[in-house]
Amino acid sequence: MSAYRLDYLDQLESEAIHIFREVAGQFERPALLFSGGKDSITLVHLALKAFRPGKFPFPLVHIDTGHNFQEALDYRDALAATLGEKLIVRHVGDTIKAKQLTEPKGKFASRNALQTFTLLDTIEEFKFDACIGGARRDEEKARAKERIFSVRDEFGQWDPKLQRPELWNTYNGKIHKGENVRVFPISNWTELDVWNYIRREKIGLPSIYFSHDREVIEHQGQLVAVSEFIQLESTDRVLTRKVRYRTVGDMTCTAAVESTATNIDDIITEIIATKTSERGETRIDDRVSEAAMEDRKKNGYF
Amino acid sequence: MDLLRFITAGSVDDGKSTLIGRLLYDSKSIMIDQLEAIERQSKNKEEGEIDLALLTDGLRAEREQGITIDVAYKYFSTPKRKFIIADAPGHIQYTRNMVTGASNADLAIILIDARNGVAEQTRRHSIIASLLNIRHVVVAINKMDLVNFSQDVYNNIVIDYAKVAQSLGLKQVTYIPLSALQGDNIVEKSDKMSWYEGPSLLNYLEEVEIQDTIDLTNGRFPVQYVIRPQTDDLHDYRGYAGKIISGVYKVGDTVTVQPAGIQSRIKAIEVAGKEVEEAFAPQSIVLHLADNIDISRGDVIVNAAQPVKTAQELEVLVCWMDNKPLVPGNKYLLQINSRVVRSVVRNIEYKLDVNTLERNEAPAQALLNDVIKATIKTASPIPYDSYQELRANGGAILIDETSHVTVGACMIQ
Repeated sequence: MSAYRLDYLDQLESEAIHIFREVAGQFERPALLFSGGKDSITLVHLALKAFRPGKFPFPLVHIDTGHNFQEALDYRDALAATLGEKLIVRHVGDTIKAKQLTEPKGKFASRNALQTFTLLDTIEEFKFDACIGGARRDEEKARAKERIFSVRDEFGQWDPKLQRPELWNTYNGKIHKGENVRVFPISNWTELDVWNYIRREKIGLPSIYFSHDREVIEHQGQLVAVSEFIQLESTDRVLTRKVRYRTVGDMTCTAAVESTATNIDDIITEIIATKTSERGETRIDDRVSEAAMEDRKKNGYF
Repeated sequence: MDLLRFITAGSVDDGKSTLIGRLLYDSKSIMIDQLEAIERQSKNKEEGEIDLALLTDGLRAEREQGITIDVAYKYFSTPKRKFIIADAPGHIQYTRNMVTGASNADLAIILIDARNGVAEQTRRHSIIASLLNIRHVVVAINKMDLVNFSQDVYNNIVIDYAKVAQSLGLKQVTYIPLSALQGDNIVEKSDKMSWYEGPSLLNYLEEVEIQDTIDLTNGRFPVQYVIRPQTDDLHDYRGYAGKIISGVYKVGDTVTVQPAGIQSRIKAIEVAGKEVEEAFAPQSIVLHLADNIDISRGDVIVNAAQPVKTAQELEVLVCWMDNKPLVPGNKYLLQINSRVVRSVVRNIEYKLDVNTLERNEAPAQALLNDVIKATIKTASPIPYDSYQELRANGGAILIDETSHVTVGACMIQ
């Protein structure tokens, strides 16, 4: 019987495909939230396995803060074109204008928090009842508690104390009108699992994941790319460093890591050796408080 | 490399968080920034040493109160295995959370404080492990350092627990004496307990054979979604998408579509777009049948050689998970895998005391965290297996039709 044994990556893959198909089977108007990062790229790859030769039963949706890396945007457009799937892009800049929102100020003024407004408007506009995202439980301790089917109220809020029990592989997607469910098919994957899967499946990634020369400034030990979105101060020294990105978020809140890794094998070697967590090393926005993520999620953030 | 999912049952007092912290720390799954964050917090709380519980307690309320309320999932791996820990609270008022965490576990670690021996909560955690049909139980006899690493203390606890295991029918029980705080028998064998001949905890977790947790005998395939591209070149393509929850399917096998009872034959099997001759649990596949029959989400394609039971009246053990009581006559949606049907709870036969296994006959209602035996009548037939024989097709949830909340976990008898 030992021939009938699945490798751990196959088990994780099968679990994720199962979750995708539960979304397709249970919801009227789902969407896949796509950021151009490795986790959402992995989701698209899993969706292909779940639904081909059929079409995706959902569009790809990108909430564009206007502060993205161009390489990630180029990748996004090329991918949507190759797949022949629908891509919906909504801009945080438009929401700021229409709703006269106040932009955060400061050196690394991040639109990260404003993203939630555009996301909730987009959910309302298309009446999405389920939004699939690439969050993983190993990323952060509030996420470690979140369900795979995570119900949000009509304000997009997550209530960690009122989560539905989630048993076996049975997912309860019943909701009231106006509510929606955030669904996380790769909840049980770690950063290393994602990279090993990308290597095994030969999934292409935006070029910024690999080592390249970039102009950066140093900020509290982190390297932040010089761009039109951050304000340089007279004391900042612009350095050119060999870097890669371990995560891809906004240019204002994502830090690069020094690296000469030019292929997936080298990246995996570096990740195995690293002593810092993914979010700790690369996210400027998580450092606000111990419960930064929990607070953002309660307010409708992914 | 394969995957082991386990649950840790116990309270902070038993050293559960220290044990998890040690497994994560010694397998290098805790990163420097995470360690620094809990160090900062430990100082905020004016405690001398690092509080490893802060690592697992993810919500503000949990950190403030110093308790675990909800299940947290933690991940680590060694070169031999990837591990998923469901870290569940141990107190009786969080029984439903432990049931939730146990539902997907292949193995349970039950913590015993060596100074206290088998306690009420040890029995409760063991009863839940047996109700949820967890095959492997590790009895981790912790804080051996506080009893001078005494073999007698260990032996007495083993004798006591063996009675519990026998009364519950737990077959695969392993006893490991350890000290999570000092790291004895966690990763390396301790030199302070030379009388102990078994493996260290991590060594055991790496080596325990868990293939028996997947049933490869009974072919069960709940349909989740029908793939019909309806394009010119794929005009006749009609694939049933789902996950094999148990058993093996081969091209040419005769199958029965339940609950309708219609027979057909497997024409083709696809795994991730590639045609294969056979597929097995827990693979996600697309199945093609030789005949054009009406099949939709919620139907189960059963391997005809291994028939399934079908009924509209189910005997179930229910763990009640809602603040509103369960009263006989109440109607709920019952969901088993992808099938959702209306149902009514007919009567409550008895309530099980999860500390003692005693039965209290015919209670008027079930309250939050109660485990009861009940009869449920469904609006249409349910293809099912007994939960104790085939976990993947014997567990169902009850959903409140008005609040949409999951209110009960059913183990079909």
